Amino acid sequence: MTASDRDREAKPSTGGSESADASRRGFLKGAATIGVGALSGVPTAAKALEFDIEDFFRKNFRELSDEELEAVLRRVEEKYSNRYGKQVTVSANGPMEGVVFGYGLDVSRCVGCRQCVYACVDENNQSRDPEIHWIRVLEFEREAVLRGINLEDGNPYYEPDQVPQEGKFYLPVACQHCEDSPCSQVCPTGATWQEPDGIVVIDYDWCIGCRYCMAACPYGARHFNWGEPNVPAEEINPNMHIIGNTPRPRGVVEKCTFCIQRTREGRYPACVEACPVGARKFGNLLDPESEIRYLMENKRTFVLKSELETKPKFFYFYGSSVTR
Amino acid sequence: MENVKLFLQFAKGSVLTVVRGNVTYYAWLGLLLLVIAAGLVAYGNQAAHGLITSNMRDQVSWGFYIGNFAFLVGVAAAAVVLVVPAYVYNWGPLREVVLFGELLSVAAIVMCMLFVTVDVGRPEFIWHLMPVAGTPNFPHSLLTWDILVLNGYFAINWFIVTYILFMAFTGRKYNPNLVMPIIFLSIPFAIGIHTVTAFLFMGVKSRPFWHTAILAPRFIASAFCSGPALLFLIFLTVRRFGRLTIPDAALYKIGELLAYAMAVNLFFLGTEVFTEFYSQTSHTAHSRYQWFGSHGVTGIAVYTWLAFTCNVTALVIFMVPILRQSMPLLAAGCVFAFSGVFIEKGMGLLLPGQTPDMLGEVYAYGPSLNEVLVGAGIWAIGALLFTLMVKVASAITRGEFRYSPTPDHRAPARGF
Repeated sequence: MTASDRDREAKPSTGGSESADASRRGFLKGAATIGVGALSGVPTAAKALEFDIEDFFRKNFRELSDEELEAVLRRVEEKYSNRYGKQVTVSANGPMEGVVFGYGLDVSRCVGCRQCVYACVDENNQSRDPEIHWIRVLEFEREAVLRGINLEDGNPYYEPDQVPQEGKFYLPVACQHCEDSPCSQVCPTGATWQEPDGIVVIDYDWCIGCRYCMAACPYGARHFNWGEPNVPAEEINPNMHIIGNTPRPRGVVEKCTFCIQRTREGRYPACVEACPVGARKFGNLLDPESEIRYLMENKRTFVLKSELETKPKFFYFYGSSVTR
Repeated sequence: MENVKLFLQFAKGSVLTVVRGNVTYYAWLGLLLLVIAAGLVAYGNQAAHGLITSNMRDQVSWGFYIGNFAFLVGVAAAAVVLVVPAYVYNWGPLREVVLFGELLSVAAIVMCMLFVTVDVGRPEFIWHLMPVAGTPNFPHSLLTWDILVLNGYFAINWFIVTYILFMAFTGRKYNPNLVMPIIFLSIPFAIGIHTVTAFLFMGVKSRPFWHTAILAPRFIASAFCSGPALLFLIFLTVRRFGRLTIPDAALYKIGELLAYAMAVNLFFLGTEVFTEFYSQTSHTAHSRYQWFGSHGVTGIAVYTWLAFTCNVTALVIFMVPILRQSMPLLAAGCVFAFSGVFIEKGMGLLLPGQTPDMLGEVYAYGPSLNEVLVGAGIWAIGALLFTLMVKVASAITRGEFRYSPTPDHRAPARGF
């Protein structure tokens, strides 16, 4: 695969478009310019008109009654249909009985093309500017990995002419959907939690943006809307789930939801479908016949930072002894 | 009913006291208001554009604001530390200045709360934390604990100072049966707020720099340095401008306390440094960043060594009797101790804790000008609040502002 195969520049998530530059700044040197003041950045009138007293005083997602939830869904549908000028559907599909999702990633196959990253951005309405990516692909020198994976050796900003590069090793990382998730443990408002099917979700309307979860997450999987998120109307995915890919407000945290809007309808996550080398696997951990169970039972699997005992449901494995 | 009437007079008198002053006083207030105005403009900018006006990013998602918060919780806690010797051991000279410690606590907690508020992405939804209206994740989230103890501590200190001042105003002796239990309660609370704040960081198992048992003891030890050091400097200032008698003995006592506190603080730091660098595990990456920088980013190391130098210099001044007996040197020692701890416990805790980030990236965070201005505004609000409270307190102590049915307004208040 060459770089021209990719319709976009391969750039990793930075949680803010200035990050790459900012990392080169010296300590205390990076002084941002101040705008003219409070009045210079009033949101557009359209957005200001979206203010809804009922939305403002909405209860925590988990405390909504069926009727209240229904009303919320319709309100949100209307709000986003108006904002983006196309029919948006917002569901709140619940977990399926007897299903706990698990993810498998074949590190011997991954070529580092970041197709998954962009498929995820498209599917989940991540902000384009400032840029937010839920998946971060790290590139390692193969030699370095021989000593064991030390994340400090990884480079998320690689920009090769083509992939895979000789002598490199790629490790994509996103939310690992831990069974004992430190993020939901520390959240002061109960705005993030684990669903019965194992998906760790965020109630974007309940999150206050304190970022304690980001301090706690061992995988850097959580991303904050530092600025006003921005998705062009023509690129918006109108098939939404209320605790999945609905556009996020500024000042809240977001992350991978295993494509809850797809997987709860029995479809694969967008990244699984997008992967050109079939390195990404997904399935029901409770189903002994599932592909993910086969991989776990027959391949050499590992989880990142197992010593933290957060019990991730994202398993890395070596699918073949010969890499690529 | 009589008390309500008196209290209204007390409130009215307090307002009259704070609006009257000499040129220096007005100049000081004007300066503070100017800084507050700059802070408000900067916060308006942040409110309009989001926290993107800060230099925080996903890699370092807590910065200058939370650093100041952690530091100020220490100041709030340690200001009350003087209560222990004053009341438990009955050290006379200190007793008169305990009130200032309480006032400083009140101001520091207000600053703490403001720093947390400006750090959150959606402050308009802070009520999601409250019981009944919101869904506080208690007892799992340490942040809910912190909010609880900070508010409790605020209430305690606010009550004590108001009550003691009010009684002094009316010329009555405060009721020790009421005050003493609350003062004693404030001591474990003071340790409590700082321990819980340390737990906030220590509970994060994925960040080895914070996930260490010595963090809470280090927090307390460094707070015992920064709090009394600040109080010392405030006393010098108040003595000079506030025409308030604060005996030298009290100041030397604080110097003595600081010698112990700084020695313990540096000892704890030493145990940390030994554990990290003798073992050299991958977890040492954070300490390496702190002391030497990594991946070409060394700015933080300069600050770390600066803080270390400040703290050691302060210790030398506090320890050597000849140096300690010189008031100007002692004051310099307090400046060193305060600055050293401010760096060490603010950014020195926050930044290495998050650098390298969870996926190994080194992001060189330094606060943006906007962040610094917002922070300066909050410090100015704290200073303003403290100044006004001290103005009232010293007026009462001097007997200039006192309820009395007789015309003798100059008699010092008995109750204080």
